[in-house]
Amino acid sequence: MKNEWPLWEVFIRGQHGMSHRHVGSLHAPDAEMAIKNARDVYTRRNEGVSIWVVEARHIAASSPSDKGPLYEPSESKVYRHPTFFDIPDEVGAM
Amino acid sequence: MTRDEAFLQFLLRMGDNTLVLGHRVSEWCGHAPVLEEDIALANTALDLIGQTQMWLALAGEVQGEGKSADDLAFLRDAWDFRNVLLVEVPNGDFGRTLMRQFLFDAWHKLMLERLMNSSDERVAAIAAKAVKEVTYHVERSRDTVVGLGDGTEESHARMQEALDYLWPYVGELFAADAVDEAMVAAGIAPDPASLRADYDALVGAAMAEATLSLPKSDFAHKGGRNGRMHTEHLGHLLTQMQWLQRAYPGATW
Repeated sequence: MKNEWPLWEVFIRGQHGMSHRHVGSLHAPDAEMAIKNARDVYTRRNEGVSIWVVEARHIAASSPSDKGPLYEPSESKVYRHPTFFDIPDEVGAM
Repeated sequence: MTRDEAFLQFLLRMGDNTLVLGHRVSEWCGHAPVLEEDIALANTALDLIGQTQMWLALAGEVQGEGKSADDLAFLRDAWDFRNVLLVEVPNGDFGRTLMRQFLFDAWHKLMLERLMNSSDERVAAIAAKAVKEVTYHVERSRDTVVGLGDGTEESHARMQEALDYLWPYVGELFAADAVDEAMVAAGIAPDPASLRADYDALVGAAMAEATLSLPKSDFAHKGGRNGRMHTEHLGHLLTQMQWLQRAYPGATW
């Protein structure tokens, strides 16, 4: 359907969140309307203070079929986790 | 007419505008052309009905007969309503609904901005709360009117038809009468006519961007805000909106 509006991915920064999080997607004719639609669809219950939208076609994604070479090598490398250090109490929550 | 009688009429005008338009817009719930617009229209309808609760609650207080906002919304007949005719006309297609929304929102925003300086602090407080919602309404309806007006041949034609149909209902928003004179004298509300220049500038710019032509005629249908003669459409709307309270008086859930 060539008259269909493009798909946009929506990212929202919550009241207490540090970074924008992906919350879902929607259709809109342009970026401005995508932000307005995101406001109406995803912030009705006071979920956010900032909205990012990006047209879905601009997102480059890794291929699920590359799962083996991409992620499996890290499974056997426990030494990459910083769990072998004693962390002083004064550091507090990390 | 005493000051409070005029004040009551003014509050009914504000509350009935938002009540009737809120109901009209809610008729789109589940029927809008796309999901995003469906939710956006439902949000707008809910904003308007929320504003109605504030206006009609204050109207009940000023009237002093112990009536609640619900009593005023559900237990009055068509001739008691004080909304402008613009908000009671049927939705038509999506384009006409959004054109009506923009023509109303533009007035609504200008009116609320002035009411924020009302000498009555209850009115000023309601206006301050509502103006935030309405600022968004007018941004959204304006964008849609421009998008559809300056869109395809089909959407342009429908928007021009919508504007031609609705324009004769715009003049009533600015027609002043004794109620308005009393409100101006009390410092409660502005003279409606004083909003016209800003309104024409706002609407004119949007229509130019939308490549739509404003009708030349200034003929205006009237009779809504003074209750003298509503269109036949209001009665049908009220029948649907009020039937439950009429059939089962005092029903709650």
